[in-house]
Amino acid sequence: MDISAYVVPFLLLSCAAYGLRRKVDVYGALTAGAGNALGTAARILPSMAALLSAIYMLRASGALDLLSAFLAPLLQVLGLPPEATALMLIRPMSGSGALAVGSELMAQYGPDSYIGRVAAVMLGATETTFYTVAVYFGAAGIRKTRYTVPAALAADLAGFVFAAWSVRLLMDR
Amino acid sequence: MALGWIWTGMVAVSVLCGCVTGKMEAVSAAALDGAAAAVELCVGMLGGMCLWMGVMELMERCSLAAGLASLFRPVLRRLLPRASRDEETLAAVSANVSANLLGLGNAATPLGIRAAQRMAQGCGGVADDELCRLVVLNTASIQLLPTTVASVRAACGSAAPMDILPAVWLSSVLSVTAGLLTARLLQAVWRD
Repeated sequence: MDISAYVVPFLLLSCAAYGLRRKVDVYGALTAGAGNALGTAARILPSMAALLSAIYMLRASGALDLLSAFLAPLLQVLGLPPEATALMLIRPMSGSGALAVGSELMAQYGPDSYIGRVAAVMLGATETTFYTVAVYFGAAGIRKTRYTVPAALAADLAGFVFAAWSVRLLMDR
Repeated sequence: MALGWIWTGMVAVSVLCGCVTGKMEAVSAAALDGAAAAVELCVGMLGGMCLWMGVMELMERCSLAAGLASLFRPVLRRLLPRASRDEETLAAVSANVSANLLGLGNAATPLGIRAAQRMAQGCGGVADDELCRLVVLNTASIQLLPTTVASVRAACGSAAPMDILPAVWLSSVLSVTAGLLTARLLQAVWRD
């Protein structure tokens, strides 16, 4: 039996029990959060529809295969699957775009395939770098960001490489 | 604005590539298929998102984030020694990190911005080393429960949507470490 099978049930139990002990309205919190999920889904649907249309077009036109084939030698050196090329390119720029590309990979190759898992871990282990940099420095009134962007992109690249590596290490039976 | 360019670029490349390869029929059908797939995906994700956003709301009301925040103070004192001398900045940064960890993005960003604003005071629009470090920390995600991704996996019919957890944790930690190390290296050689 896989340990991760225990994570979710025990997490649910311990959160609820802890909430009861702290006299929090547990059921009210659960339903309030679920209500917010409706809003979130409604908010991401329009951009998902636009982006998935474009991504499906890219795939149907053969452009994605071409791009993967072009970058494959470089990616192979880093141990990255060429199928995830588009995901890695869009990840630092657009969160919903990356979610669209990643979910397309999971649907196409299967969520429990090597590609599908690497896509999921890549999404979970990285952030929308340019958006974050813009929001933080914009709010703080910073014009010279110095080495922040290269360092943040290095973190993204490391996240991608280690995503592929950790899926091979921890999940390949 | 940037997305407008990206979207137009993706469509332009598709049209160009479709012309060359003669797959225009498939490209045309794909535009509609993609939009339909987006609806299917969002509906499929909804169950998982309802559950997990409920659990997150519960964690927030239990003030779990505040408890986590106190755990990070010693680490953050070492990472941001100058900013940590200001108690309010340290409080905002540690709350920012713990909200990120719990996946409470809506709570994390305003906290991080408050910290960044305090740290940027009197530096004349130039990011100092500690502010660079704070932003690098925020551009690298460390999330205990990647709930959105797990919901997508569930929508795609995964047997165990959360079985990616150990791999996500490992690669997140390594990615943040790589980002902070790179920042440290660049700090030594950077010439403005």
